[in-house]
Amino acid sequence: MIGFIAKRFINYAVLSAIATLSAYVLASIILNPASRYLGRNPRPSDDTINAILDGLGVNPNTPVIERLWAWIVNLVTHGSLGDTIHNTTVISEMTARAGTSLRLLILGTIIAAIVGVAIGVWGAVRQYRISDQAISYASFTILATPAFVLGILLMILATMLNNVLGIQLISFTGEYTAGLDGGWWAHVLDRAAHLLLPTISLALMGAAGYSRYQRSAMLDVLAADYIRTARSKGRTRGSALVRHGVRVALIPMSTYFAYSFATVLAGAAVTELVFSWHGMGEMLVQAITQSDINAFTGAILFNAVLILIAGTLADIVYAALDPRVRV
Amino acid sequence: MTENHPTTTTKTRTLAGHQLAETSSHLLEVRDLSVTFPQPGGSVTAVRGVSYHVDKGEFLGIVGESGSGKSVSSLAVMGLLPSSAKVSGDILFEGTSLLGRSDKELSRLRGDGISIIFQDPLSALTPVYTIGAQIAEALRLHDRRLSKQAANVRAVELLKVVGIPNPERRAQAFPHEFSGGMRQRAMIAIAIANNPRLIIADEPTTALDVTIQAQILEVLQKAKDMTGAAVVLITHDLGVVAGNADRIAVMYAGRIVETGTVDQVFHQPSMPYTIGLLRSMPNLATAGHTRLVPLEGRPPQLSNLAPGCPFAPRCPVVIDACRTTEPPLTLIGTDPLNSSACLRVAEIASGALDRGHLYPVPEPVIAAERADVASENVLAVEALKRHFPLSRGSIFKQTIGMVRAVDGVDFEIKSGQTLGLVGESGCGKSTTIMEILELAKPQSGCVTINGVDVATLSAKERRTLRREIQVVFQDPMASLDPRLPVQDIVAEPLTVHGIPARERLQKVRDVLDLVGLDPSMASRYPHEFSGGQRQRIGIARALVTDPKIVVLDEPVSALDVSIQAGVINLLQDLQEKLGLSYLFVAHDLAVVRQIADTVAVMYLGRIVESGPAEQIFENPQHPYTLALLSAVPVPDPTVERSRTRIILEGDLPSPTEDINGCNFRTRCPLYKLMDAAGQVRCRSEDPIQRPVEGSRVACHHAEYIDLMTTTV
Repeated sequence: MIGFIAKRFINYAVLSAIATLSAYVLASIILNPASRYLGRNPRPSDDTINAILDGLGVNPNTPVIERLWAWIVNLVTHGSLGDTIHNTTVISEMTARAGTSLRLLILGTIIAAIVGVAIGVWGAVRQYRISDQAISYASFTILATPAFVLGILLMILATMLNNVLGIQLISFTGEYTAGLDGGWWAHVLDRAAHLLLPTISLALMGAAGYSRYQRSAMLDVLAADYIRTARSKGRTRGSALVRHGVRVALIPMSTYFAYSFATVLAGAAVTELVFSWHGMGEMLVQAITQSDINAFTGAILFNAVLILIAGTLADIVYAALDPRVRV
Repeated sequence: MTENHPTTTTKTRTLAGHQLAETSSHLLEVRDLSVTFPQPGGSVTAVRGVSYHVDKGEFLGIVGESGSGKSVSSLAVMGLLPSSAKVSGDILFEGTSLLGRSDKELSRLRGDGISIIFQDPLSALTPVYTIGAQIAEALRLHDRRLSKQAANVRAVELLKVVGIPNPERRAQAFPHEFSGGMRQRAMIAIAIANNPRLIIADEPTTALDVTIQAQILEVLQKAKDMTGAAVVLITHDLGVVAGNADRIAVMYAGRIVETGTVDQVFHQPSMPYTIGLLRSMPNLATAGHTRLVPLEGRPPQLSNLAPGCPFAPRCPVVIDACRTTEPPLTLIGTDPLNSSACLRVAEIASGALDRGHLYPVPEPVIAAERADVASENVLAVEALKRHFPLSRGSIFKQTIGMVRAVDGVDFEIKSGQTLGLVGESGCGKSTTIMEILELAKPQSGCVTINGVDVATLSAKERRTLRREIQVVFQDPMASLDPRLPVQDIVAEPLTVHGIPARERLQKVRDVLDLVGLDPSMASRYPHEFSGGQRQRIGIARALVTDPKIVVLDEPVSALDVSIQAGVINLLQDLQEKLGLSYLFVAHDLAVVRQIADTVAVMYLGRIVESGPAEQIFENPQHPYTLALLSAVPVPDPTVERSRTRIILEGDLPSPTEDINGCNFRTRCPLYKLMDAAGQVRCRSEDPIQRPVEGSRVACHHAEYIDLMTTTV
């Protein structure tokens, strides 16, 4: 079993490396970091621009393969991912931002998973009843709503609530209130209040997707013979569904959970922007708009590592849930 | 269990005693039960007014084909029907009505008072919990005070009772680690966990091999004796109930059409359907001597039943009155438990209508239509081997063993003859035929078709040769593409061989006509045909290239009993008309007895006995053949009761196991009877086939085979 996990881990590691290198090549070909300096007034001389670009290792006049080699050598020898165009190192940028993103991602995914599984099961058990229809339509509506619309809608609702209550109960700009006085508890409460809306936004989108998968997985299980066996032993329908049904229906979900944890990052980018959070998603978007090749590659590496961890986790969870795959 | 809940039990008993004692003294009484499933296209009434009863400790067999309503009626008793089902009538268990009770109330009874054993033990156990946990769950559901440890200990005890070796260790295993037979034993352990008063067994042996079926029926009988429970055994196989049941109810189209004691129903059947069913079954005692008598037609669709007797369209002695009124279940003689639903029951019972000649025996193929066949070998297999390496390790693969799926098989088929290849599942039958159909150089050994060694063929020659050897698969539904009309399915082999379209169409019409299908139905899709018709389509597809050899892989095992006979007769007729050679692979020995000229018995990748069918069935020389034959139930209660049954122990060993000497000795009943010197020989020396009394037998001690029948 451990050998199997190790093998999968190595597979994922190789894939992550390939993804990151491809991202570097792709960004080097498409993005034009010189454009940022060409529009300046006064326009810097070509030599100056070349010197800056050479310093960052992103000069388009150097062949891509050479730059890639330099980037790899730099990573292996110095453990550095290069500098951003703002003259900070990519690593320091990432360490500052990763915690922010992970807090949002982990909380959002866990809540989404729990809510998604619960309403997915509920919908399957009550297939075609009114409650199931309502859940289905609500899920489709959320899935069809762009992330920023959802974020803004939540903000409007929060503002209305704050106005009705007359106090600033829910804050939604940034990660924390700058210059807040007070003790440790005050800071924790403040951060929690700021975390609320982005988390709800992510969790809603996640739960809408999960519930559809969980519902169909559960519908497969509902008709299974072992549910009938469990009832024939003396379980009521509800108890048989929970003890024997949900447990089995979770097996295919584990893979989906783990992978979507990583892909949520894409949705989180928009959510971070809407709520003015300085996370990895924001870094990725900004890197593209500012033609910052090194920052872009760093953001992709972060994503690839998330997928690496998530994939390995999925294998472990799958084996834990399903005795049939244990060797 | 009963001791643990004295209050509830007494309450039920008093209730029964005071209020309902005079209305029902039976353990289970089903009165006028009807079950309707509402469906968008009109509702389907699966059970239409069924009444029966079971007394304490009684063994009732309910027999019927698929769709006869036998399973639905038993699920209604358990309260396990889908909530959309509309149930009417009454079900009384120990005097109290079960209908209209809540799921919660019924769940207290399920598993405690009544328990059920389902058909497919693979899907009937939850894959993610251990066997032990699933048995312990059944115990703890009805006894909250039972501790986890105590429940586990009891679960191990129960596994031991149902004959699972190493119960302590096996209780920790998951269902997928159990074989089919062991899973069914575990199901029985769950069913008897709380000493129920009634056990319903719903096709408990259908998916199992005959040897395992015999074991399971024995365990079921043992469970019945231990718990004193009454048993309702639901089956489509008349042979299964013949030896075990006290009474039988035969169901057709959602009703009981005949009921009585086993002897009454088997020896004096009075409903034409029962008579037909008994005549159409290939039977080890009679097969091979007479042609089967098919029950023509198919069971009616329950969604739109015509008025009158539902069996009327298939009945050979139908009269006008049958088409207008549905006959009620009426007493045949003076026995209040023996009744039949036929308007002409009096004529049949009195002998005015002769049971034996109710159905016309189909005429054999007339001599003018028979093909002339020169007796030559069309297919010869020599020392055929197919081993699959078993590897382990995720990064560095290493071979840790060999699955010897086919381990040196020899046989030959002469033109116009049928070779029956029989054996339990996992013995290598299917791998053997796949190796032959591959038409490629085998791993080891030699396959010769029409005198040509297939290893020497070029790709083009191989394609030409494919026209000569065709195959019919087991499941007629799964082997036909549902999106192609029948004419395209049948014509496909011709397309491959580049036959022009016009010729193809003519050929398809001819061959459909040949297998007894109306050529005008050629543009329909497979789902519009019944199971028997679909298998005919499969046969037509195989015959369309005018092959010399047809490989039949379990061609009738997916069909209902009454349909089987028609297909078997068709195969026999086709063989005679076209001079075909068959390689007939089946696990049903009675069917093989009916059709085969020579028989080869396979065990763990080898042929242990081969020879003329007559010889093998009448006078088996290998202990495995003898045990296999003895495990087949015969649909005749007198025969069943009188014969001694040899039950093989355990399952088929895994083909990866290395067994020194004879590979059957681990299960061999004869091995145990031999003296020490004889046993040493079995352990050390691999028996090779040698001629014994007209057949070839791979056993050192075939001469002592009589010991098995005299000492058991």
